[in-house]
Amino acid sequence: MKSFKFDWLVLPFIGIAVVMLLWQVSCATWAKDLPTPSKTWETSKPYIMEPFAKRGEMDQGILRFTWYSLILVAKGYALALIIGTPIGFFLGLSKTFTKAFDPIIQVLRPVSPLAWLPLGLVLFMGAGKNASELGALFTIAVCSMWPTVLNTAVGVRAIPQDYLNVAKVLKLSRRKTLFKVLIPASLPYMFTGFRLSLGIAWLVIVAAEMLTGRPGVGGFLWQEYNALIYEHIILCIITIGVVGFILDRLMSVVEKKFKTA
Amino acid sequence: MSNYVELSNLTKIYPTPKGDAVIVKDFNLNIQQGEFITLIGHSGCGKSTVLSMLAGLSEISDGGIILASKELSGAGPDRGVVFQSPSLLPWMTAYENVMLGVEQVFFTASKQERAEIVEYYLTVVGLADSMHKKPAELSQGMRQRVGIARAFALKPKMLLLDEPFGMLDSLTRYELQQVLIELWRKNKITALMVTHDVDEALFLSDRIVCMTDGPAAEVGEIMKVNFPRPRERKAVMEHPDYYKLREHLIEFLEVRAHRKPPTATPPSAPLKQIVPSNNNVLNPV
Repeated sequence: MKSFKFDWLVLPFIGIAVVMLLWQVSCATWAKDLPTPSKTWETSKPYIMEPFAKRGEMDQGILRFTWYSLILVAKGYALALIIGTPIGFFLGLSKTFTKAFDPIIQVLRPVSPLAWLPLGLVLFMGAGKNASELGALFTIAVCSMWPTVLNTAVGVRAIPQDYLNVAKVLKLSRRKTLFKVLIPASLPYMFTGFRLSLGIAWLVIVAAEMLTGRPGVGGFLWQEYNALIYEHIILCIITIGVVGFILDRLMSVVEKKFKTA
Repeated sequence: MSNYVELSNLTKIYPTPKGDAVIVKDFNLNIQQGEFITLIGHSGCGKSTVLSMLAGLSEISDGGIILASKELSGAGPDRGVVFQSPSLLPWMTAYENVMLGVEQVFFTASKQERAEIVEYYLTVVGLADSMHKKPAELSQGMRQRVGIARAFALKPKMLLLDEPFGMLDSLTRYELQQVLIELWRKNKITALMVTHDVDEALFLSDRIVCMTDGPAAEVGEIMKVNFPRPRERKAVMEHPDYYKLREHLIEFLEVRAHRKPPTATPPSAPLKQIVPSNNNVLNPV
């Protein structure tokens, strides 16, 4: 019991302490422009202590910014799942479809969000006020879709022949086969894809906000860089990291639920 | 008596890069309505291939199957299949697994009637108390009981069993053989079972079909089993003919299964085809 507590409570704190020390030392030696931990805390305090305050368009509490970002991510992510899951199913079910579209997927997959965003903005240029939001959504969806697509395809291909035989012997209709056999059987894989996709969606949001200047954690980060308030860059980085971590944990809880089923 | 099931010149060929692999060649067998047939042979001889062609899960390369005066094509719930692994869908309860098939076959019946069918069969196989459990909560033997219930609940024209008890320990296997034979007797379903267990075959069957080794496996010999029914395991094993038949089967499997064509005349109606001497030319391996 004692060693358990030591492992899980004390060791992470030691890790954090080491990083803080390195940070402090860096500030004192080679990175003169880097704000020190204490200065970062000092400057960030109003944003953390009043996390939902709204003092201006680009001057809001950190959790309020996070909330904006999460909403945008949720929209883009939902779009990614709605488009990605059926594509994954087609890839898993049809060899012809795979041969036709797998190469292009493999080529599009490694393209960075920074490359997609301008295209997204161009695509929705006509939308006027909403152009930046639509462009950001497009970028999030396009970038975060791939793990869902590929994992769903793997899940569908990995369905045991036994289950397919049951469907065949019982002569289940296509609809029934899909909903009673194919989807439940590939759910565990699909959720792995969903989790990875969410991670990417969160990565992309920051880039998208930075470029479009939308209010949100990423937008705030970029604005504070331009305003030379470097402490807030660190605040944003930490916030982004913590939120990403929490999202991943939440998804893996859901994922585990489906693994045992 | 007319034949209920006819397998004529049933052949299975898999194309391989090295040429065609003939798994089963000119397999001929006629089955009467209500008969219990076991197909016995060495592992990999192609007996499961014959069964899966009957089930419609494997394409027929040549020859054909007639079931109740109709040529078979594809799979369908008129044949209840019990697989070697129970093949239950793990996200559904035992009840839902059986219901999946029942809904398919009795789509005109009322909800109430369908529920009664499912409950009845699960109760008969001894799962009255566990029907709402998921397969993961059931023992291997219980899962296979669900598999049996699922097959019978469809009221199929024919029952196909692919080594259904192969993965069970011997005590559970005895229990389940008893469950199976009782259900079969009550429902009078024509059954074909694949096994490599000699005692299981003797206990259950009306006739035992011995298959020669593959490639190009075929019917080696057919043995009639005339123990009185209903059968009790003890009575069957003490029957004066039991060990004679058992010896005969084992001798076939040990010696004659490897040779083809067998020269001995089968004790029952000779259904086997005399294979022409150029048979070996067709063997690629």
